[in-house]
Amino acid sequence: MTDTPASKPGQTEVWITGIGLATSLGEGLDANWAALQEKRINVDEKGFAPYIVHPLMPVAFDSQIPKKGDQRQMEAWQRIGTYAAGLALDSAGIKGNKDILSKIDMVVAAGGGERDLNVDSGVLTAEAKGANAPGFLNERLMSDLRPTLFLAQLSNLLAGNIAIVHGLGGTSRTFMGEEVAGADAVRIALARIASGESDIALVGGSHNGERKDLLVLYEFGDFNLKDKFAPVWARKDHAGFALGSAGAFLVLESKAHAEARGAKPFARLSSVVADLAKRKRPGDMAATLEKLWAKLPKRDGKGAIITGATGAEPATSEERGFLKSHADFPVRSTGTVFGHAMETQFPLGIALAALSISRGALFPPNDSTGTEIEMQGAPTQIVVVGAGHWRGEGMALVEAV
Amino acid sequence: MTAPRDKLGRPVVVVTGMGIMTSLGAGKADNWAKLVAGESGIRTITRFPIDGLKTTMAGTVDFVSVDPFSSTALSERMAELVTQEALEQAGIGAKADFPGPLFLAVAPVEVEWPQRRELGRAVGQLDITYDDLLRISGGGKYSAYHHRFMFGSVAASLAETFGTKGSPISLSTACASGATSIQLGVEAIRRGETDAALCVATDGTVNPEALVRFSLLSALSTQNDPPQAASRPFSKNRDGFVMAEGAGALVLESYEAATARGAKILGVIAGCGELTDSFHRTRSSPDGKPIIGCMNKTLADAGMTPDQIDHINAHGTSTPENDKMEFNTTSAVFGELAQKIPVTSNKSMVGHTISAAGAVEAIFSLLTLEHQRIPPTINYETPDPTILFNVVGNKARDARVTAVMSNSFGFGGQNASLILTREPA
Repeated sequence: MTDTPASKPGQTEVWITGIGLATSLGEGLDANWAALQEKRINVDEKGFAPYIVHPLMPVAFDSQIPKKGDQRQMEAWQRIGTYAAGLALDSAGIKGNKDILSKIDMVVAAGGGERDLNVDSGVLTAEAKGANAPGFLNERLMSDLRPTLFLAQLSNLLAGNIAIVHGLGGTSRTFMGEEVAGADAVRIALARIASGESDIALVGGSHNGERKDLLVLYEFGDFNLKDKFAPVWARKDHAGFALGSAGAFLVLESKAHAEARGAKPFARLSSVVADLAKRKRPGDMAATLEKLWAKLPKRDGKGAIITGATGAEPATSEERGFLKSHADFPVRSTGTVFGHAMETQFPLGIALAALSISRGALFPPNDSTGTEIEMQGAPTQIVVVGAGHWRGEGMALVEAV
Repeated sequence: MTAPRDKLGRPVVVVTGMGIMTSLGAGKADNWAKLVAGESGIRTITRFPIDGLKTTMAGTVDFVSVDPFSSTALSERMAELVTQEALEQAGIGAKADFPGPLFLAVAPVEVEWPQRRELGRAVGQLDITYDDLLRISGGGKYSAYHHRFMFGSVAASLAETFGTKGSPISLSTACASGATSIQLGVEAIRRGETDAALCVATDGTVNPEALVRFSLLSALSTQNDPPQAASRPFSKNRDGFVMAEGAGALVLESYEAATARGAKILGVIAGCGELTDSFHRTRSSPDGKPIIGCMNKTLADAGMTPDQIDHINAHGTSTPENDKMEFNTTSAVFGELAQKIPVTSNKSMVGHTISAAGAVEAIFSLLTLEHQRIPPTINYETPDPTILFNVVGNKARDARVTAVMSNSFGFGGQNASLILTREPA
């Protein structure tokens, strides 16, 4: 009932005409594609030990965020996203195109809240040492917080920074809510274009996985991967996700709008569906994934699945069960290669699906358990799966044009 | 006799249920009575120590308790209460079975100081780093904090309690969030994806760090004494907004679905519009073009002209910049009418409910249409001579009101407007 209808009569066909990636494997489509072919994985097992993270491959932020003043106003997650958004606009050939950028609609999936660790630990240390005046916290926050830090924490300021740096003047909406926020962002952007409410949209997200404050949040639930890296499918007895730094943005466009400006598609985005399984009993989540699978348009082409499975349990085992009932679809896990980039994982999956279709091959498996198998020939239909580590399930169908 | 479709051939979207909570109280009746009486909900903060703060008052909702306390838990509880009120009025669906999606405007969620301090104490040493916090965070002792401080936690809880359908969306467009939640619901109904949508906006974030953050950006009023006089939109001596808590919920339905089940129609969401300002993170473009464009888009979306708007429920934050900018941009859109149309700012009484404001003020606008009475802008003693709005100053005014424009503008260049009417156009 809240799904984006696929190719309903009167619905406009929607193309993916731009992709921007900045990840732990590198920036841009060629670098990421090459690393995938070489089965490279970039993990840091020491910097946050015992926790494992996938650090951002350093990028020259100046090339997409020329003003140092703009860079200073952002924290890392916003810089990564603003950078990747610029790459997506470049990729679509609309960077600096004022006519299009003045009307482009933006839907961003974001977390936020990057803390100033020194301020937090300074307050806690002083309190441990006896500071207990009633206004102590107020005074320390008033004197120690950078005035602009708030703007680097606000969820909707990723979109705000993208608008400022790249000159976007259409609409701007920010969705929150971990993994499924990424699916919902793409779902709503697609629905708006398919129904004619919008012609072109920038959609995606970014995540900085190199954050101790985030590790604390996920450690509350024992979700962090510790001590030793293993592919997502090989973590059953050593469950958890390794946070990843990544920015992934897509330019979605109606076929007519793309054709009018001579833009070539990477792929067609045919459908995005999402739901909220109760996850109270074993099988709840797998049943919801089956329900979403059944809602996607007919798959009669050469198919594959790209999933953002996290490695956290019991979600990953539930998803493994779902995948087993579709064993004829070769599977690839973005979590193994890129780490878990939370809100960004679903747009990242769509980006890799579109890239695989446009390059005529699914990237090779990277797995020791046999869950991921080789694929011969060019995929024409890729299902992107995004099941949250705790809540929320999304699915999309990306097809060859 | 009204048509089920608007001038653009889309389903007409109506409101069939509303629930509201502000610092004035709980529910439509109490809020409306106090609002038209010109009462203020702003008071000196008692929830936490105010020593060392420049701003010591806010529009807190102190009559709702949650345990353990967190801003996110308060936001969730207020959202539940206003949703219950809205659903009771709408009489739609069955218990825990709302026949449509949820769009929730909610403040960004984060681990808060009470929890951080609890961790600090648990470390049990004098020097505390994040590595120490990390060392003690696992093992299940704090698993409830993971669940509480997920960004999607409030929406997931509401979706389960009220049985909304599909994936609930949690959104933030800063101070425009409430309006955006309504806009998303309107769009889903117009696209024919659903006959009904639940649009909720909530904000319970008056806590020390949130207050300090706005304070450091010089956004808050520091006229602490008396607190009730701090929020003075359109006055010459206004000096910032007053943080406040509150929530609003609206049940939206297609006109066709609402009339088919014999529901009472409370009003119509005739038009929505939004436009991004890429000028600055906290300031509007000096030429006001994005706000002007936002208002014009909203009029176009409603298929209306400025002369059809007979009341403006202003964003009216009481910051020096906003109120001036709002008059200038309104003048650019409405011409001389900007000085004739009665304008009011509910924030003079309830403060700025931030993520909830767009929905709270949409509900007040619908109540204005229902009662044909415009609530006052209180503390309007010294009008700003450069803001020539026809401000409904200090005393409520009876008026013929058929169409209201409600504006919301936020950090990050977020601008959103709504047009609400009594009957389908």
